[in-house]
This record gives sequence, structure tokens and C-alpha cells, in this order.
Amino acid sequence: MDFSFTPEQEKLKKEFEEFFITEMKKAPPTYETGGLEAMFGSDVGWEFHLYMARELGKKGWLAMAWPEKYGGKDASVIDQVIFSEVRGYYGGPGVDIFGIGIVAPTLLVAASEKQREKFLPPIAKGELMYCQGWSEPNAGSDLASLSTTAVKDEDDYIINGQKIWTSGAHRADWMFILVRTNLEEKRSKGLTYLLLDMKAPGITVRPIEAMDGLHMFNEVFFDDVRVPIANRIGEENKGWEVTRQSMNFERSSIGIFSENQKTIEDLVRFVKETKRDGKPLAENQVIRNKLAELAAETEVGRAMAYNIAWMQEKGGLFLAASAASAAKVFGTELAQRLVYVGADILGQYSQVKESKWAPFHGKFETNYQNCMGLNIAGGTSEIQRNLVAWIGLGLPR
Amino acid sequence: MNLDFNEDQEILRSSAKNFLEKECPKDLVREIEESKEGYSPEIWNKMIELGWTGIAFPEDYGGYGGDFMNLIVLMEEMGRNIIPSPFFSTVVLSGLTILEGGTEEQKKEYLEKIAVGEIIMSLALYEPNGSYNASGITVSATPKDDGYVINGTKMFVNDANIADYLLVVARTEDSDNPEEGVTIFLVEAKASGITCNKVPTMGLDNSCEVIFDNVSIPKANILGEAGKAWEVIQKSSEKAIMAKCAEMVGGAQASLDMTNAYAKERVQYKQPIGKFQVIQHYLADMMIKVGTSRNILYEVSWMVGQNIPCAMKVSAAKSWINEAYKFITERGVQIHGGIGTTRECDIGLYYRRAKTAELILGDTGHHLENIAQEIGL
Repeated sequence: MDFSFTPEQEKLKKEFEEFFITEMKKAPPTYETGGLEAMFGSDVGWEFHLYMARELGKKGWLAMAWPEKYGGKDASVIDQVIFSEVRGYYGGPGVDIFGIGIVAPTLLVAASEKQREKFLPPIAKGELMYCQGWSEPNAGSDLASLSTTAVKDEDDYIINGQKIWTSGAHRADWMFILVRTNLEEKRSKGLTYLLLDMKAPGITVRPIEAMDGLHMFNEVFFDDVRVPIANRIGEENKGWEVTRQSMNFERSSIGIFSENQKTIEDLVRFVKETKRDGKPLAENQVIRNKLAELAAETEVGRAMAYNIAWMQEKGGLFLAASAASAAKVFGTELAQRLVYVGADILGQYSQVKESKWAPFHGKFETNYQNCMGLNIAGGTSEIQRNLVAWIGLGLPR
Repeated sequence: MNLDFNEDQEILRSSAKNFLEKECPKDLVREIEESKEGYSPEIWNKMIELGWTGIAFPEDYGGYGGDFMNLIVLMEEMGRNIIPSPFFSTVVLSGLTILEGGTEEQKKEYLEKIAVGEIIMSLALYEPNGSYNASGITVSATPKDDGYVINGTKMFVNDANIADYLLVVARTEDSDNPEEGVTIFLVEAKASGITCNKVPTMGLDNSCEVIFDNVSIPKANILGEAGKAWEVIQKSSEKAIMAKCAEMVGGAQASLDMTNAYAKERVQYKQPIGKFQVIQHYLADMMIKVGTSRNILYEVSWMVGQNIPCAMKVSAAKSWINEAYKFITERGVQIHGGIGTTRECDIGLYYRRAKTAELILGDTGHHLENIAQEIGL
């Protein structure tokens, strides 16, 4: 057993750190609040994301996990986790969680050679951003029941229907979408996986305003939208299987834990500097206990993330799938607790939006409202627990 | 990075598992824990024959090399299949303290005796004041003639009733800094002036009160150096904490496994209760806590074994595993329903042990305060 990094990995980690320390000095203040909201929520935030994506692309770090043949570095899962850990700590954008995180791994496994040559290079260079066309108004957790249709017409599919909760659809260049191609089949068997250009005629993007007023989510409407059959990934009606094949890329949730670590460090500094009733907050036993508990849980999460990476590295995808669900639910619920403790510490100032009165640029005011989304997006905590019970414990469905 | 155990460790794990399952069924556990001795000399002798008592020490001191992860594997299995024995008191608490703080002669003499199973030992650390800190050490050792005289009471000394020797942590000097002036003495457990009474505890784990009434100890019985013992205790405690954590993780896994099995076989409303989502989510939470406990256990144990400074992580592990083990056994009883609350049902054995294990080498509150200090508060 050996938990240490190789000298090469230590060197790599240092390179990552130097990069993010330097580049994050250029970040607009919206990034103080962290999360995807900083990316999608404002034009300056998005511009900075695009800048970082191109810089990371130049370094070859976006595609680092890919085979060399497609411009990658064949990096191990551990290397990827080290990158995500450092990026999470510094709150750096630039990695398209959809393009890099989902589309590329899927293409590498399920696409034709021609499709890979066409779609992968712009992702690797950080030039093309994707959004995810999965959820629908009546297909949330029960995704397989979705009803947006695609009907073949000569060389195209014609799409009609509606997607919802599409993060960043108002900014993305392309979408990967699951559509129903077999109308007789109500469940996962009739689904097909397509890539489509968001500029295609017939697409309408309508914003959904979050409770804090931020614009990240959208509804996307499809009215006779034509997508070339050449953009279909995998076989027709096999889209569900295609989505299941992208699991050998890191799913450790490590970024949540390193981001937490940074937040805890910030809060420690804050409670040492801030006096209330004549005493530093750091002397308050309740605050000490709560921060200590969160610091412990963050260490636990980090250990969990590296264990998942190790399982993935060895190819234990089945167990890793249950563990990845466990990490997601553990990580996002921990992140939520951290926001609540931070807000408790800030007291009356936890309610203040970005302004001269706001500690941490209003981070806790914003995150108090959007942290709930973490437990819902990408599979709710309830769905993750189902998966742990079914896959991990073999309980009956 | 390589997070797998080696082949020898896998063999150790499976042989320990088989041995404990065969030799120590739960009915026997219940019988042993109610006995006056609180352990089975017969099983203990077999453990000695298997070489377990030498697992934590280097070959120079009669051990088998002392790779710390071997001890972790063994403790995990002893937690999975409960075995009331003086192993933790003797090998872990006492042995590792001697290894850390003893002179060369003391290490040679006592570690070899432990390794070959000649003696049972325990560490007399805590006192009636209930503190885990150096300021709690008030038992006094006063110089007299060529030695010392010990007076005072030690509490929660596991296996003192069956021990041949005790390591007694006493105050030899009053100082503004309570971490100074603490000394460990090697004391014969049956020496005159010592009274030992079993304290009836939830864990039925041979917890004892040990009263010292003018107990004379020669100078030569000081472990290592006089006045410097607190540092030794802190250092060896890190290892002992991780060993205890391993035992807890083993117990937590067993609790999850038996509850999962029960949820699949217990039928109500014409279906196994494990099909109800509420039960599935309880079990999922239990699994997440077992998994995370094991992840932090292995990482921190490896660091401790490599002598990498990690005081914060040690406390993170103990505080997390304390709460995880209690949670898992509490949900375990709940899912078992009425039968889970009985002495007959095995889950109760683990429920009780989860609470007593929390109290050994620092409860959650103690370790959270350690963490607070380590992160700069």
C-alpha cells in the first residue's frame, strides 16, 4: 500500500498550482462565489471561462486523459484527479463539464473514427462549449421516460419537443441530446444520442431565473429542428447504452472537497480576524466544533475520492459506479453543510449580496440559495442513494 | 500510488477471518463477556500460536517485522468478528508505548515477552476526572529512597484484572505545562498496594478501576526517561488510535452486512423490507459511512506507519469513525426492529461496542478540539 504520488505527479501538481495561482489573478470578482454560477451567470464570467479553456487547451490539460492518438496524454485517472483537486481549490473555470466531462469520454468509446476526428479537436482546444439536453419537464429523475422525438427524414432527424434545466444553453455552441426515436417503446430502449448545433433553426432558449436571480438554467424548445444523421453517436435506439459508456473518466468528486478545503481556510482566517462581543469568533466553542467537523469531513471526502480514482484506474467500473454515487451524495451534502455553517458564522452578514457590506463578496448569500441545486442536478441525492442500495448492496429494485 | 494490500496482507486477512469465525461465534462472545476474566485463555493461546502478538514489533524485539498495515488488517478483522481479548491492551496500548518510549533493554525484555505471549499488559492512563489531556494526569509518583511511591486512582484500564504488568502514567513533577513532568512506570499488576476492581461498563470489556496506595517502584522501572512521557503517549497514541479505528471499521462493516442480509430476508407487507425505499436509503447511508471510514482509515494509517506527521488527520479519522460506527449500529438496530433491541440479536453487541470504542483514546468532542487547534483556531 502506498498513498504517495510519484515524483512526476508531484511535479505535475506544482505546475497545475502555479498555473491556477497566476491565472486566477485575472478572474473577475464573480469567481469569489465559486460554482458554475460564476461561469454561466454573467458575460464577464463566461468570457473568463472561455479564456481559461483556451489556455488549458494550449497546455494540453483538457484532453490529458485521452489517448495520444486524439491529442491526449494518456494520463492516469490519478493524474486527472490531481488536476481536478488543484482546479477545485483555486476555483478555476475553463473545463467544460459537459464537453470534457461527458461528450468526449462518450465519443472516445462510442463514436465512429470520422466523428472523433470531427468533434474531438475543438473540445481539446477549448474552443467549443457543450450543454446537456437530457432532462424534460416530465422526465427528471425518471430520465428514460423522456418524450422529445426525432423522426428520420432523408439524411436528417427532425426533432420536436422540450428540454429543461439546461445549464448554460444560452451560452453553449453545441448540445448533446437524448431523443426518442422509437415511439412504440416508452422506456430506455427507444432512445438515441445526437450532437446538435445550437444555432440550428427551430431552437428557442428561454431562461429560468434561479431564486437568487441568477441565470444558469434554461428551457430549450425544438420546433422541427434538423440534425444530420451523421451526428448520431452509436446506433439508433441505443442511446441509453451510449450514455453508460463514459464512466472510465474520473468521477471522484474531488473538486468539491478541495473547494471545501479552501472555503474552510478562508473561514478560519475570518473567525480569527473577526471579533464579536469583544472576543474573536475563533474562541467560540460552537464555531470551533463546527469548523473542525467540516475539516474532518473534507479529509474523509478526499480519501474517498482518491479511493474511487484507484478503483477506476484498476478498471473496477461496476464498484466504482456505486462509489461515485456515494461520493456525489457525500460531497454535495457536505458542501451544503459548509455553506450553512459559513452562513451561521457570518450571522447577520450572511444575508448580504455583493457590496461593500458583504464578506467574501456575498459568497454565502449566493451559495445559501444555490447549494440546494447541487443535491438535485446530475442525479438527486435520493437517486444516488437508490444506486448505492441497488448496485452497492444488491437490494431489490 | 497503490491502494491495494499486498498478497501477504490478503492472506493474513482471510486466515484471521476464518479463524475468528470458527473460534469465536457470537454465543461464545456473550458468554466470555459475562465471565469474571472477560477473555478466553484458550482462544488467547491460539492467537499467540498464530503469531498475532508479535505482529506489531520489529524482528529485533521478537516480532515479525512490524509493518503497521499488518496490524490494521488484523484489527479490522478482530472488529468484524468480535473477540473479547487482551490483544489491544497488551500489544497495541502497551506494546506500542514500550516500542516508542522504552530503553533498548526494556524493549528487548518486554516486547519479546508480549510477542511470545508470556505476559498480558495494560496501559493505566485515564483517571476519575475523565480527561483525555495531560492535565488529567494527577496520580503521583514521589521519589523515595532509590525509587518512587505511587498514589492515586486510574480509571477505565482495560484488562487490568487479568494483567501481569501495568504501564502507569503518573506525575513525577508539577509544572506550569501539564505535558511536562509525566512519567510512565512499569508496574507488576499484583504488587502490594494495588487494588483492582472491575467497572461495570456497557461494553462488558474488562474496564477496571486501579487504586494505588503507596506502591513502591524501583527507579529502574521507569519507561525510558522520567518526565518526558507525554510525548511518548501522544506518539504511540496515534498508532493506537488508528488500530482502534480499524477495529471499529471492521465492526461497522459487520453491522452493515448483517443488517443488509436481514433487510433482504425479513418480509412484511408481502415483500422484503429491503425493497422499501426508506430502508434502502438508511442502508445506503450506512454503506457510505462504512466506505468513507475505511478510506480515511487506510490513508491515515499508512501515513502514521510511514511516520509522516498527520495529527489533524488522525483526529479527523477518529472523530469521523466514532460517529460513523455509532450511526451504522443505531440504524442497524432500527432496521432489525424489535429483535434488534434484544441481547440475543448480534447487532446489539456492535451497538454497545460502537459507544465504548468512541470513548477509547479520545471521544468525538476531544478530537474535534484537536482538529480546531491543528487548523489554526
